[in-house]
Amino acid sequence: MKKIKLLVNAMALGTMAFLYLPLMAVAFFSVNNTKYGLVWKGFTLKWYIQLLHNEAILHIALNTLILAVVSTIISTILGTALAIGMGRFPWPGKMNTILDLILHLPVIIPDIILAAALVIAFGLLRSLSSVFEPGLICMIISHITFQVAFVALVVRSRLISIGKDIEEAARDLYASTSYLLWKITLPLLLPGIIAGAMLAFTLSLDDFVISFFTAGPDSVTLPLYIFAAVRRVVTPQIHALATIVLFVTVILVFTMERFTRKKDIQ
Amino acid sequence: MAPDKGMLYLKGINKTYGSVKAVKDVTLEIKSGEFFTLLGPSGCGKTTLLRMIAGLEIQDSGSIILEGKDITRIPATKRQINTVFQSYALFPHLNVFENVAFGLRARKIPEKELKPKVQTALDILELGRMSTRFPHQLSGGQNQRVALARAVVNDPKVLLLDEPMSALDAKLRAQVQVELRRLQKQLGHTFILVTHDQDEALVVSDRIAVMKDGQIIQSGSPDDVYDFPKNRFVAEFLGAANILSGKFFDGMFHTDVGNLELDVQPSWEHGVIAIRPEWIKFSDTKPEQNGVRAKVTEIIYRGTNLDIWCEPGPIRVKSTTYKDFKIGDELWLELAPKELVVLDE
Amino acid sequence: MNKLMIWYGELIAPKKLLKRGALFLSPGMLWLIFFLVIPGLVLILVSFAGRGSYGELVWEFGLANYKRLVGYGIFGWTPDYIVILLRSVWVAIVTTGLSVVLSYPLCFFIAKKPERTRYVWLMMVIIPFWTNMVIRTYSWFLILAPEMPLAKLAAYFKLISPGMALYPSAFAVYLGMISIFLPFVALPLFSSVERMDWALVEAAQDLYSSNVRIFMHAILPQTLPGLSVGIILTFVPAMGMFVVPDLLGGAKYMLVGNLIEQQFGTSRDWAFGAAISMALMALTLFSLYLYRKKNKDIDLL
Repeated sequence: MKKIKLLVNAMALGTMAFLYLPLMAVAFFSVNNTKYGLVWKGFTLKWYIQLLHNEAILHIALNTLILAVVSTIISTILGTALAIGMGRFPWPGKMNTILDLILHLPVIIPDIILAAALVIAFGLLRSLSSVFEPGLICMIISHITFQVAFVALVVRSRLISIGKDIEEAARDLYASTSYLLWKITLPLLLPGIIAGAMLAFTLSLDDFVISFFTAGPDSVTLPLYIFAAVRRVVTPQIHALATIVLFVTVILVFTMERFTRKKDIQ
Repeated sequence: MAPDKGMLYLKGINKTYGSVKAVKDVTLEIKSGEFFTLLGPSGCGKTTLLRMIAGLEIQDSGSIILEGKDITRIPATKRQINTVFQSYALFPHLNVFENVAFGLRARKIPEKELKPKVQTALDILELGRMSTRFPHQLSGGQNQRVALARAVVNDPKVLLLDEPMSALDAKLRAQVQVELRRLQKQLGHTFILVTHDQDEALVVSDRIAVMKDGQIIQSGSPDDVYDFPKNRFVAEFLGAANILSGKFFDGMFHTDVGNLELDVQPSWEHGVIAIRPEWIKFSDTKPEQNGVRAKVTEIIYRGTNLDIWCEPGPIRVKSTTYKDFKIGDELWLELAPKELVVLDE
Repeated sequence: MNKLMIWYGELIAPKKLLKRGALFLSPGMLWLIFFLVIPGLVLILVSFAGRGSYGELVWEFGLANYKRLVGYGIFGWTPDYIVILLRSVWVAIVTTGLSVVLSYPLCFFIAKKPERTRYVWLMMVIIPFWTNMVIRTYSWFLILAPEMPLAKLAAYFKLISPGMALYPSAFAVYLGMISIFLPFVALPLFSSVERMDWALVEAAQDLYSSNVRIFMHAILPQTLPGLSVGIILTFVPAMGMFVVPDLLGGAKYMLVGNLIEQQFGTSRDWAFGAAISMALMALTLFSLYLYRKKNKDIDLL
């Protein structure tokens, strides 16, 4: 039995190393004082400083943020309303099945297929309006399309957990429909709505495939920029950028976890 | 509507779920200021009936009349009836004060009136010091009192209680039953309680209606229902009972344990009678009337009394004398005619 | 009078209630129908269309794209596309399988940690889960570079010529794929492992001598719910993956994702791209179907 325990521990630590060694290498070489090669030439922060003075990259970072914030706000509103609309009304069984299927589509479909479908759809819509030229608007529309489903699923599971008798009690205590919505349903849903919004935000920041298909020349995001750069040549500046993105991810993950944990206690 | 029909009058209520008839032609009359209990096993339709009074279910036919006014088409939001839910259904994101104030705020009662009202309700239920706590910080008993305060603060015409004590432990339950009774007398409101616990029903109620399969089998004051159960179901559901079946002829009831005289003439030829264990007397000598010679087969110690099982029968007898019984003892049982209840069917 | 019903304590006519429901539902649903359902249907339609000489869509419908996909081209039959499709399925199977094998020890390891440190270890798995795919993929460039021990070791054993990197190669694709998808298996699996009843495992140790039987009878049934989620979360996106093979496989190890990307990028043949997407969709649905069928059997056991 001891042997197995030792084996399990060794494998687990090995797996952890497997997950983290490449990322640690990126962080390590982001402070290496040489432009070429992977030989240690001393510590420097110059790649980070260069990054902060690179207008193009700052513009790209801003693009990424605008895309994430706008798509998250719209998808959270749409997704929350969708969750309430699906979960709180006596739809006939068949209609429920269809709604459920549509809601799960973005989760099941490989993202490259969604991207392909959207490229063609935008291509055809372009003949109607120039809004659908590849660029930020198309990217926002695409991101909302997959975010809505995730938000709705998260909010709906929270909605189910509220239960019927709390809302009945509010009615019994003279609450009108809007009073019930604002004072009971939405406040109780709030942890779910925030969790859904954070999920949507993270999904948007993290997305590569769908952005890659729908982006225009002026609407590059950080993942797209890094992808294009590493296909040409890997520079310490890219390592620095990747390390910053990594840090932002860690912070986001920690706040997200904090939130879901707090919700569990309640 | 005739005023003599009481404060709350249910007339011919029916409710079906799919193919299940949950409530069948129930007619009931509840007086103002009365503590009324719907008693029955789970699935008997008592909760459905309560929810219809609250306005949380709608009956298929029949009407609910509150103070002479048909409230069938008045929504729960506008009925001056409040409910204490089995799960309490407290609002987890509001503190005790806000939970209790909810019904007043929803009706836009000005803050000046609201505060003293909530405070009074909290004081009555001894929650004064808990007002800033949240439901998840309170014990089950405290949450139950919050649910009560949240309902009574609205001065409802009728207060409905759906198994409010099912989540409490036995000791606390006994204490809360007495408090609930006291609270009802103090406020003078009409209370309707739903329960499957016969002890609870006997302790708190002015009147009890025993339900089975969506119908009301018998209603009346606790002692009435206990002393004169209408049929076998009521006799056995409310307390313990010995049920004897046999034939009635020649002015006597002929059973396996012997021939018994009855005070009341049964309307049937073949049927059952009941006698409660505590109504049977022991004696060493043969009683004048309805004596049964029996042998002790089992003795159960109950703390306050002994339960003694005898053959033939078996007949269960409750003894509070602590006489030294032994298994196999032979003795006389007196099933006095005035204690024998003739049951329907 | 209108027939009334009571819904969540509200007395209302069913029609009025559903009208209100539609009000909540319609913005999101219309969005999904407009930008998901209809584009999906158009994608199916386009897969039967043709390509004009400037890469534009030609609305003449036929099976040409599908014929091309199964290998019938101008120069006779070639298995190229079929190979890519099969390879994608194979890569997804291997990735999922190895991720499962690595996830079990990892989950047991974390589950056995005391409560305080367990959270930290779990976060260590959650962070890669959310780290950008492009970064995680290219980070292997550094580990597999010629200067690094791994490449030197391979050169020593004459697996590659000295001074060469270990990428692009099939090996690099597998490494990248597993490192990306491992958290997708480990996290759902952990939620099951955490709730596992270890008493059952101990009982099984008394009953069976072989570790395989202990795993099959005591561990697998208990962890199946989490494992199922993990396998689905990995297998489906792994088939359509395109970043990893693009960066770590290059032209040497193309997968169906790269093929689709090519049609929408350099080749500009949307119709053919749509047909390949349909093939990937068919594979996805087929594996989901197989999986559900299989899973029912497992549940019965």
